[in-house]
Amino acid sequence: MSLLAASSPVWMLAQAAPPAEMGSITLAHYLVVSAVMFCLGVVGFLTRRNLIVMFLCTEMMFQAAGIALVAFSRFHLHHTGQSFVIFVLTVAAAEAAMALALVVLLFRKRESLSAGEWRDLRG
Amino acid sequence: MNSGSIIPVLNLLAAGAEEGHASAGPVAHGPWWVALIVVLPMLGAMLCGAAAALKVRSKLPAFLTVGLLGASCALAVSMYLELAGGRSITVSYRWIDFAWGTGEGQRLVANFGFYIDSLTCLWMLFVTGLATLIALYASEYMSHDQGVGYCRFFAAFNLFVFSMACLVMGDNLLLLYLGWEGVGLCSYLLIGYFYKRPAAVAAAKKAFIVNRIGDLALALGTMLAFVHFGSVEYAVIFAKAQPYIEAIKSGHLDQVPFVVQVIPLLFMVGAFGKSAQLPLYVWLPDAMEGPTPVSALIHAATMVTAGVYLIARTYPIFLCSEYALPVVAWVGALTALLAATIGMAQFDIKRIMAYSTVSQLGYMFAGLAFLSSAGAAYHVFTHAFFKATLFLCCGAVMHGFAGQLDLRKLSGVAFMKGWGIVGLAMLIGCLNLAGVPFTAGFFSKDMILAESFVTMGPGYQVLGWVLLLTAGLTAYYTFRVFFRVFVGPKTFEPGDELHAHDDHGHDAHGHDSRGDAHAEAEHGPAGHAAPGHGHDFHPHAPGWAINLVLLILAAASIAAALPYFMGEHGGWVPKLVHESSATTISDGHGSTAAFLASGLHEPGASAHGTLFGQDPHKIMYYVSGAIGAVGIAIAFVLHYAGRKTAGTSRADALVPALGPVAGWARRKWLVDELYDALVRTPLWVLSHVFHLIDKLLIDGLVNLFGWLPRAAAQRLRPTQGGDLHGYAAGMAVGLGAVLILVWMLIL
Repeated sequence: MSLLAASSPVWMLAQAAPPAEMGSITLAHYLVVSAVMFCLGVVGFLTRRNLIVMFLCTEMMFQAAGIALVAFSRFHLHHTGQSFVIFVLTVAAAEAAMALALVVLLFRKRESLSAGEWRDLRG
Repeated sequence: MNSGSIIPVLNLLAAGAEEGHASAGPVAHGPWWVALIVVLPMLGAMLCGAAAALKVRSKLPAFLTVGLLGASCALAVSMYLELAGGRSITVSYRWIDFAWGTGEGQRLVANFGFYIDSLTCLWMLFVTGLATLIALYASEYMSHDQGVGYCRFFAAFNLFVFSMACLVMGDNLLLLYLGWEGVGLCSYLLIGYFYKRPAAVAAAKKAFIVNRIGDLALALGTMLAFVHFGSVEYAVIFAKAQPYIEAIKSGHLDQVPFVVQVIPLLFMVGAFGKSAQLPLYVWLPDAMEGPTPVSALIHAATMVTAGVYLIARTYPIFLCSEYALPVVAWVGALTALLAATIGMAQFDIKRIMAYSTVSQLGYMFAGLAFLSSAGAAYHVFTHAFFKATLFLCCGAVMHGFAGQLDLRKLSGVAFMKGWGIVGLAMLIGCLNLAGVPFTAGFFSKDMILAESFVTMGPGYQVLGWVLLLTAGLTAYYTFRVFFRVFVGPKTFEPGDELHAHDDHGHDAHGHDSRGDAHAEAEHGPAGHAAPGHGHDFHPHAPGWAINLVLLILAAASIAAALPYFMGEHGGWVPKLVHESSATTISDGHGSTAAFLASGLHEPGASAHGTLFGQDPHKIMYYVSGAIGAVGIAIAFVLHYAGRKTAGTSRADALVPALGPVAGWARRKWLVDELYDALVRTPLWVLSHVFHLIDKLLIDGLVNLFGWLPRAAAQRLRPTQGGDLHGYAAGMAVGLGAVLILVWMLIL
């Protein structure tokens, strides 16, 4: 549930202040944070072999997109983006439950968490 | 064919149209029961089909057919008694009624309706009558096939009568077309009845395919008629054609639209296909592969006269065209001559009869074109009886001598025990076909011949001489058969269908001379000489059904001369024709006089042709009688006098003198070979060229489009490494590429 916890500051940030009083923190800041998180997720996904870490990286990319959505939602004073993020979180939670279960199963098959163990789809 | 010589013809036609004939009168509603004439044969077809499904092995289907067709014939007689002379339409079922607008010509109506006038009655009388008699004959003739194809034969036979009745009685061109295709189908089914024999199958296909050409033309003609007249119903078309006839009458040829002139030309081609005229006659002689009752009914008496009926029925449209009838005249006369010359050189007696049918049909077409629709109809009527008689006699011989049809291998049949009736019927048929004075064939042929000299038209006199020559040839080849096969020394050699010992005889063997070589190979050439030689073969004389039918038909052939004396100007048949839509005025002296009185002919031109300076109607009796006698005399000298064996005659000595001509005639003037070279071979070559194009170009393209993705896939397959990181990297790179692209495009 650490993932959900990680997303909560983002939530609070988005709620922080009306656009007029945002002052030094602008939309661009949020988007930069979002982009940085997304890139970290991508890089992590491509470089690490551990299935659990790779899964966490995908979750990070998810949340990066969520930050962008919430930031835009706030910027436009429109609730669609925020409501959408709630759905995204719900789906992410369900997905986490399934994905971790799958990782457990895969581990039991090969006694390893390495993604390199699974190459059965080679064309 | 310059139009100057056509004008008098058209004037003559116009005079005919003046006479208030029935087709201009009111149309009455006919009684409901005329539909039964059509329905009963259909019922018969269904019952015979059911019998086939139940594997009936008795003669039940035959007698069922005889009964139902007899009832149909009785109804046709009562239809004649009640309705001939008038014009009535019975609509028994609203078949097609289709409108796509409210304007003129935007509604297609084609009912299952029956147009009954005298012409219909005439045709239905001999169609149903002959069908009944021939079904009775077939009950015995086909008895070897009981349980094999007996039910199938009679089902198709009934279906044929149904189709023919639709063709003749329909009140619109669409129903006529239905019947037209129906008789074509039944003809195909029955020619190919012995379907295990390749020759029969080939003949059936040939008949069907050659008829396709004519049928296409008929279909196009029907469509054009609908486009122009806005209807396919005869009553409407005749009414709308009337103004054009009026226009021609007043000499305004240019008022007749081009389309109207094309319709009869198309109908004409259709008629040439079905009625075996040049250039589409080639299928009929081959159609003799079918059982003989079929040859007699379909390919001699009824179906092949459908073309004559079509022209007679749509005569008002033919009168609108200045070219249609002259073309019909030339085609008819040339076909008559060509078929007669081929018939003279054949040895298969059934083929000879087939060529004589083609030749006589030529006379009928010429008769139609000489404005003697009455003569044509009378010739159809008499020909139906005597040609059916001739075919059934040939069939009896074939049945009794195990399929032997070669006139070099049979002799003196009439004097053998039990063959007297066949010989007598054959003699009567031959006398009729040869046009011996006071026979029906003599009177009906003379009506056409005389009219060829009376009617002034483009080269019609030349055609008259052609037809006279043909009459002499006809007498010769007819009596060639008679003198060779039916009289003379009694000897025979059986064919190869020894069905007394072989249940499936018909299905397994050929009838024609091709089969003889096989027979000789089996039994050795020593077996030729004496009757009853070799393998204990005894010809079996015809039984009661065949003899009875032959007697009735022979009597009917003689009696067909009687109507000539029933009434003026050629008697009963011309009266019927003149009461119908097929009327013209030029038949008989009285009407010609009326024409002269009308003063429509061009000044100075002789409106009435002459022959030897005499009235052709009178002198033709002597001329054609003499020519027929000469033909018979030549046949007597060449094929009877002094003949000791079946195989040789004095004619053999003449053959070398003729040089290659005799061989060409025997090989049918190489017309089949010509068609092969002109149509079949080019089509064969073309089809192979198209096959190559299909294989190389079309298939090549298709295969190329199949091969390209496969080859591409071969190259790209290694990228599917199965490694999750590889895929992810690919996605990342792709995403990056897209982003860069978007960035470049936007900024």
